[in-house]
Amino acid sequence: MLSHLPVLQVIVPLMAAPLCLLIAKPKWVWLLAITASGLTFVLSCLLLQQVVAAGPLTYELGGWEAPWGIEYRIDYLNAFLLLIISAISTVVLFAAHTAIEKEIPSKRQTFFYVLYLLSLVGMLGIVSTGDAFNLFVFLEISSLSSYGLIALGKDRRALWAAYQYLIMGTIGATFILIGIGLMYQMTGTLNMEDLSMRLPEVAQTRSVFTAFAFIIVGVCLKLALFPLHLWLPNAYAYAPSIVTAYFSATATKVAIYVLIRFTFSVFGLSFSFTALPLQMIFLVLGLSGIFMASIAAIYQQNVKHIFAYSSIAHIGYMIIGYSISTVAGLTATLLHVFNHALMKSALFLALAAVIYRTGAVYLYQFQGLSQKMPLTMAAIVLAGLSLIGAPLTVGFVSKWYLLIALIERGWWPVAVLILLGNLLTVVYVWRVIEMAYFRPPLRQQPVDHSKQEAPYSLLLPVWILVAANIYFGIDTRLSIQVAELAAQSLFGVRQ
Amino acid sequence: MWMAELPAFVPFFIAALLAALSRGVLRATIMLVVPIIGAIQLYLLPETVTVQVVFFDYQLMPYRVDKLSLMFGYLFHLAALIAIIYSLHVRDTLQQVVALLYAGSALGAVFAGDLLTLFVFWECLAFSSVFLIWAGRTQRAYAAGMRYLLVQVLSGLLLLAGAVFYVHDKGTLQFTYLGLQGAAGWLIFIALGIKCAFPMLHNWLTDAYPEATVTGTVLLSAFTTKVAIYALARGYPGTELLVYIGAAMTCFPIFFAVIENDLRRVLAYSMINQLGFMVVGIGIGTALAVNGAIAHAFNDVIFKGLLFMAMGAVLQMTGRINGSDLGGLYKTMPKTTLLCIIGAASISAFPLFSGFVSKSMVMVAALENNFNGVWLLLLFASAGVFHHAGIKIPYFAFFAHDAGLRVSDPPNNMLLAMLIAAVLCIAIGVYPAALYALLPYELAYSPYDATHILTQTQLLFFSALAFVWLNLRGYYPPELRAINLDTDWFYRRFFAAVIVSVFARLTRLDRAIRRHVMAVVYRCLNLLARSNNEGGVLFSRSRPIGSMVMWVAVLLAAYLFISFVEHF
Repeated sequence: MLSHLPVLQVIVPLMAAPLCLLIAKPKWVWLLAITASGLTFVLSCLLLQQVVAAGPLTYELGGWEAPWGIEYRIDYLNAFLLLIISAISTVVLFAAHTAIEKEIPSKRQTFFYVLYLLSLVGMLGIVSTGDAFNLFVFLEISSLSSYGLIALGKDRRALWAAYQYLIMGTIGATFILIGIGLMYQMTGTLNMEDLSMRLPEVAQTRSVFTAFAFIIVGVCLKLALFPLHLWLPNAYAYAPSIVTAYFSATATKVAIYVLIRFTFSVFGLSFSFTALPLQMIFLVLGLSGIFMASIAAIYQQNVKHIFAYSSIAHIGYMIIGYSISTVAGLTATLLHVFNHALMKSALFLALAAVIYRTGAVYLYQFQGLSQKMPLTMAAIVLAGLSLIGAPLTVGFVSKWYLLIALIERGWWPVAVLILLGNLLTVVYVWRVIEMAYFRPPLRQQPVDHSKQEAPYSLLLPVWILVAANIYFGIDTRLSIQVAELAAQSLFGVRQ
Repeated sequence: MWMAELPAFVPFFIAALLAALSRGVLRATIMLVVPIIGAIQLYLLPETVTVQVVFFDYQLMPYRVDKLSLMFGYLFHLAALIAIIYSLHVRDTLQQVVALLYAGSALGAVFAGDLLTLFVFWECLAFSSVFLIWAGRTQRAYAAGMRYLLVQVLSGLLLLAGAVFYVHDKGTLQFTYLGLQGAAGWLIFIALGIKCAFPMLHNWLTDAYPEATVTGTVLLSAFTTKVAIYALARGYPGTELLVYIGAAMTCFPIFFAVIENDLRRVLAYSMINQLGFMVVGIGIGTALAVNGAIAHAFNDVIFKGLLFMAMGAVLQMTGRINGSDLGGLYKTMPKTTLLCIIGAASISAFPLFSGFVSKSMVMVAALENNFNGVWLLLLFASAGVFHHAGIKIPYFAFFAHDAGLRVSDPPNNMLLAMLIAAVLCIAIGVYPAALYALLPYELAYSPYDATHILTQTQLLFFSALAFVWLNLRGYYPPELRAINLDTDWFYRRFFAAVIVSVFARLTRLDRAIRRHVMAVVYRCLNLLARSNNEGGVLFSRSRPIGSMVMWVAVLLAAYLFISFVEHF
């Protein structure tokens, strides 16, 4: 059983998805989905434990040996990402049953869970596979299901947003496929480890350079790196709020993983950072992403838009950490992947609670909300503080490590710019808080007072995530150790 | 001792939680008991305690007790007790809870053994104290609080940036002597300077303190700036620059204080003036000077607190605080008048009052170390203090022309708090040895010798004479209902106006350019639409996707171009 761990991750939700279709009763489907997702969480914990204890695991699918068959390979980086994705997915699913009550008609709820599980399969698959083409297949699974999930949004603009995302996502995936195809043409292999050994022989050919460029652009599109971010705000804003909470914490993180995997493991460090002035390009794009997206966030009226733009800004932080291309920088990136998942899922889940109770998505509708929903708003404040990077929250930990990495590298002007960009975060978080705490409530028809605060089925997951934001801001052993191990092994400092 | 390892801020934070959940007598009891227990705990501590934890990869020291921090620890417990007694009559959960959090944060900051812990409490100070300003619940208070918070957060960010540089240079976060070396030293110095109200960085203080509630101002005056003084004494003793900064701080507020009408704002200016004496002491850096600075911080909290309490009592009872609206209150507020005069005598450093025994230490140290010019400035400042704080405050509030107000003395708890402060003022003045014993450096110093007493008495006498003469001849600046412009006019009006006008021009330019470009774009679009004969509606939906794809193409082309140019 234990030796099958790497593949069980993917199999469990993959099996659960069609089963959901057969059951077709939302309540039972929900329970099944939670069980499946919870199981993957347990499995990923076991995997992480094994990897830390015994080093990377490999698994040969169907018993076919590695370069010919598909290989699953779990090292520190994979295990870390698996843990993040499965944990967030499980917590978000807890809230799903209540949250989608008002947003998705009951006859479509089963489809929601099916799509949800499929996208989980896709993301877990991307992260666990060691085969480049298999990665593309899972990328398509997760993307196709996410188009469906976004299109389920109540707002009619959701369809349009999903359509935009579909076009952009398909272009991105196609680019990645073209890249993989070119690599296959040059080396005759699809296994990542094999590729990394064969690519150096043909590294100085146009085809490999072109493959690299296509893959980088495709991945950047998937991770919504400025200026390829245009699909993201609408997709996040008009999707059902539970979907937003789920994707904001996982989808872009998976894309970051793909970027790191291709540049570090497949193409190799020396190629990746010499083929293009990747460092400079990413540094500039990351910084401009932070500023442009934060400024855009300040001017948004839709609260979901505010935090969607904030996600783009935070991708900027991750990319800057990546562009430092030192162990410390990559550690900061991975740490922020973990921490940002916690912040954004907490924020969007709390927004889901607000939307569930009041239907409010526009800033002006948040007036005086702190009196109606004190617990939910307190969660938003704490998660917002984490987003800003207040001490004792995870946000502070990421910021600290990023700054240290920048200064170690001697890039202190960038550090200053990041601190300035951080002030913009204060502004857009403050706009929400000011509305909720310092304005009198909107005059509305009298509401039933017992039904002001969000139900516990929503509050509980929200506060679990908020507590995690604070817990991992204080006890940083898990996140930092694993991130450091992963970064060190990617740089080949540690085997 | 099972409690020795318990950091001093913990009881306060727990009490804040309890106070939030209780009400009435229970809450009052909790609030009163906490500072007393805390002080006893400090008293029972062994000489030095350090608590260390590992956070990230660093050795942190969230609790460090030595003589310097212990002194401020006692001071803050005392100040908290007095302020809590003073505010017992208030029925406002927010203020009371925040008061405990604020005092706890100040304690956390002075007992912080590393820069990161200091930063955490630095921000806690800002975020708790701002609610004391907002508790005024007026639009003015809200705006002033916002400005206050902005400045404080900026100071915190600078401190954090400094800490990052420091850890990179030194590999440790321990908070010991820093000095003005490298980026770390300067960043932290400016961060402290903001909190300590250095000239040009002081506007937040005079802006926000007078807008806080009656009880809030008393608390505010005790903690924030004194934490900064502590941090300066820890990190920058003997930095000569501080001597000149301090000298400037003693002098410039006098002019503003003399013409200011809002009596609490007068006190805020006089606070900067007193901080100046402490900063000078720290800058000189000898044992006597630093001792003097710290002793003066101790006394200042008490007598400045007393004055703020007296003015708060006036505000509370009459609803007015402008010198021009007050006067003649001594008839019906005799106790407050007496207590206020004791505070005024202390701040003016009359012999036998507390200000005298600490201020003279700084001045002697300035002479001993050949800062003669600075000594003269300090002398001038001392005379000025007597003018604006010693005479002006009691005179305009309680005497002067009778404004016809007939209000009684404030509630007993307020009187009691003032009485405690007043007794302390006199006790320290009469028996300074008790205070000197607490100071971090050993020294034998006696304030009561003939030269000191004569100099000070002459100074005070002539200063009083000047006030009387100016007043009788009608030269003294009258109390006018006016708003005085401080340097923050530059920040708030001048720069704002410049920026607005620049932006207005830019916007106009931008609009013009955009109109032209858009006109061209629309002409092209119309052309396309006409030639395709399908109508312009088509574009509105497809353009966003089109632009996204365009960016993809641009990026791909750029990547390919760059890599091909570089390698082939």
